[in-house]
Amino acid sequence: MSAADMTLRAGQSSAILPDRGGVAGALSDLFWKRPRFLLVLMLLPPVLWLGIVYLGSLFALLLQSFFSIDEFSGLINREFTLKTYGELLLPANLDIIMRTITMAACVTIASAIVAFPIAYYAARYARGKWKALFYLGVMLPLWSSYLVKVYAWKLILAKEGILTWFLGKLHLQWLLDAWLSLPIVGGNSLSVSFTGTFIVFVYVWLPFMILPIQASLERVPVNLIEASSDLGANPAQTFRNVLFPLALPGIVAGSIFTFSLTLGDYIIPQIIGTSRLFIGQAVYAHQGTAGNIPLAAAFTVVPIVVMGFYLWGAKRMGAFDAL
Amino acid sequence: MRSDLARASLSLKVAAAAGLLFLHVPILLIFVYAFTTEEKSYQWPPPGFTTQWLAVTWNRPDVWQALGLSVQVAAISTAIALVLGTLCAAAISGSRFFGREAISLLVILPIALPGIITGISLRSAFSLMEIPFSMWTIILGHATFCVVVVYNNAVARFRRVSGSLVEASMDLGANSFQTFRYCILPNIGTALVAGGMLAFALSFDEVIVTTFTAGQQQTLPIWMLEELVRPRQRPVTNVVAMVVVLVTLLPILAAYYLTRDGDQVAGSGK
Amino acid sequence: MTNAVSFKQVSRHFGSVRAVDAVDLDIGEGEFFAMLGPSGSGKTTCLRLIAGFEQPTSGHIEIFGQQAEGVPPYRRNVNTVFQDYALFPHLNVLDNVSYGLMVKGVGKAERHRDAEAALELVKLPGYGSRRPSQLSGGQRQRVALARALVNKPKVLLLDEPLGALDLKLRENMQEELKSLQKSLGITFVFVTHDQGEALSMANRVAVFDQGKIMQIGSPEDIYQRPNSRFVADFVGSSNVLPPDFVAKHGGERRWASLRPEAVRIVDGEAGALDAIVVSRSYLGGTTRLSLDVDGQRINALVPAGHPLPEEGALIRIGFTPRDLHLMDGAQ
Repeated sequence: MSAADMTLRAGQSSAILPDRGGVAGALSDLFWKRPRFLLVLMLLPPVLWLGIVYLGSLFALLLQSFFSIDEFSGLINREFTLKTYGELLLPANLDIIMRTITMAACVTIASAIVAFPIAYYAARYARGKWKALFYLGVMLPLWSSYLVKVYAWKLILAKEGILTWFLGKLHLQWLLDAWLSLPIVGGNSLSVSFTGTFIVFVYVWLPFMILPIQASLERVPVNLIEASSDLGANPAQTFRNVLFPLALPGIVAGSIFTFSLTLGDYIIPQIIGTSRLFIGQAVYAHQGTAGNIPLAAAFTVVPIVVMGFYLWGAKRMGAFDAL
Repeated sequence: MRSDLARASLSLKVAAAAGLLFLHVPILLIFVYAFTTEEKSYQWPPPGFTTQWLAVTWNRPDVWQALGLSVQVAAISTAIALVLGTLCAAAISGSRFFGREAISLLVILPIALPGIITGISLRSAFSLMEIPFSMWTIILGHATFCVVVVYNNAVARFRRVSGSLVEASMDLGANSFQTFRYCILPNIGTALVAGGMLAFALSFDEVIVTTFTAGQQQTLPIWMLEELVRPRQRPVTNVVAMVVVLVTLLPILAAYYLTRDGDQVAGSGK
Repeated sequence: MTNAVSFKQVSRHFGSVRAVDAVDLDIGEGEFFAMLGPSGSGKTTCLRLIAGFEQPTSGHIEIFGQQAEGVPPYRRNVNTVFQDYALFPHLNVLDNVSYGLMVKGVGKAERHRDAEAALELVKLPGYGSRRPSQLSGGQRQRVALARALVNKPKVLLLDEPLGALDLKLRENMQEELKSLQKSLGITFVFVTHDQGEALSMANRVAVFDQGKIMQIGSPEDIYQRPNSRFVADFVGSSNVLPPDFVAKHGGERRWASLRPEAVRIVDGEAGALDAIVVSRSYLGGTTRLSLDVDGQRINALVPAGHPLPEEGALIRIGFTPRDLHLMDGAQ
């Protein structure tokens, strides 16, 4: 102890150390004296980038939606007009919008139904190693290549593909044929029907629904569920009166993703689906071959507005706490 | 009733298992199709298995070119996103100031709005400003939506470091730069690596924004999209699909293992 | 002799909140100085002003006669033991302790030797290779202490150093800190809201309230001669008596404090007061009686072994006027 004492006894050195000098020393002192300066310095690059590249572009898009296209020359007329928005109300375009929103709603509901048992099991019963496995089991498909996932479904839904083969083995081919002969949802094969589009949408966005539901269910105390059953509620009642209301913010949070992603997607209906367009495809077609950027821009404003209302409603339901 | 709750009911188990199978079987199928001998259709079960398509794909210059561009774009976008996302996370977590909420919203917006909006916005901005398409226009888009991934990973960790650890470091004689080097960086390092990996995976796989910001350049996803719309040689597409799954799988697993002990696991917010 | 720390009219405002309000303070070299006060009283802000984490809004701070305003923490030869210890989770114990020497450019062999010596000093020899997460609360605190002391600071600041420890450990650490301070001769400044801790450890105590120092003095001064109702209330279990009561029982018409151990149970003595026992609390060495005297609540301490009156009993108490400590003003 005394040896240690000697080395650590109060030194004779100065109480204030000299400036270490150099640019680094001076800058360091400046950062300490003016923390706001450091803050501005840190915020400047990301805010400039996002502000100019992203917000600037969004603004450019909005601006374009108020331009119109000259029907004869095909050139863009850079004068303010609401004519392009008027075109959205044409029956053909209105059809596209309604079709997309209906699809988004169906996909959202189906995703919630499929996601719930997985999320519930992962949140309530999976422990330790299983929990990690469940987590990865949802994470890996989430991050796997989007195109590959779509491609895989093309393989599955093709006429000569695995689904037809599987149903044939079960002698259920008639069921598939009966479904395909239905109007609207049917078609030549699943890969060129709305049913196919729907299945792939549900598949691709499912992880986005599972994770928030799991997060909100994990916050439900176990004893709440036990209390409900102690009070004589059967499982269905427990689900309806306790579990579902508590999981609802998670479902709404997940639905923000499934709804928004479906509204904006143009690749899935292009690869698996009918020739009838969705909003995304319309946008892509108008800006590409048709060169009608104003109409394409006006079309993209639709999902923005729909999502705006959706988010506003979701916020009122407290969905953002589950994100 | 209690025993019922302690263990999952059979129907719940079946539903959960079926859901997970639904998520994984399609991806596993890709691995089978990569070795099929069938060239013209998607026939199941495959009539036979071969490894010849690996060699054929290996010798396709267009695949290599697309892969090269994708890696380049993903690497540069990730680097930009790492710098911007880290700076933003440091500023947001370190202090309270007017407009803080607005800035965190600004970071999340590019991924919260459908990709097609980001894509066409950028495209119309490029056309208004008459910027020609190049690798850099692709990177501009990718870096923008990759920032949020790095930001999400870094911000939770920064919160843990900021405050008394930074003060302790300065108290012990470390100036701002030394504090960053010896105290902050080691603590946020794994979160940054994880964020970088996820950003790389996100960029490597991106197709929706890319179709709007690329001209003649083909990233691997664009190449695949072309093949899906107008198939030329299906078996090559199968092999590429398998490679893409493997290439994105590794960074995701790495990011998971790097952050699993932390308070927030990477990747839950794509 | 120069002062280790000297505050001249130092204020620190956060917006409209005056966390520290025109404080004058001198801490002598080699003192064990305590800043005592409730939370939000400005004591921690004062500590942070010395460390350099805060800058004064106005006034001057000197450390060993040298101006400290505008000097960042890393250029002050002052070290802090943080309330939550703030050990670096990514470094082992030895690297935590040698961090200060490392950033000052001391070679590896030398800084590790010094760090080992510091760990020995805090009775943790051989713990160098462990991670902070593998240590108990008490051990973490010792590491935090070693990490500060290894830099041979001119002033050591301790922010609620014993707050997170359990009672037994706290008593041990109090003794150790005292003997460490004595043997090293470093000026210790520590912040606490626990008056027992402040009184038992420090040479001098400053009592803070609402950004101001209410009283500075030796523990005896503070305890026996509080200058205000606030100090009397906060520091002790002292009885604070209103002017009317004091005047009626032989004093001036001023606020006064009366320590509970000065109140004796008496029989039929002249000047004795009637009191009703409201409640009894057994404290180990003594028993505290809560008494009602003429509508005034008074606490009395009865040493063990003395007969105890029952609750509700009517007794007579007395105290010598000398024990009645008159206080300034009517604060």
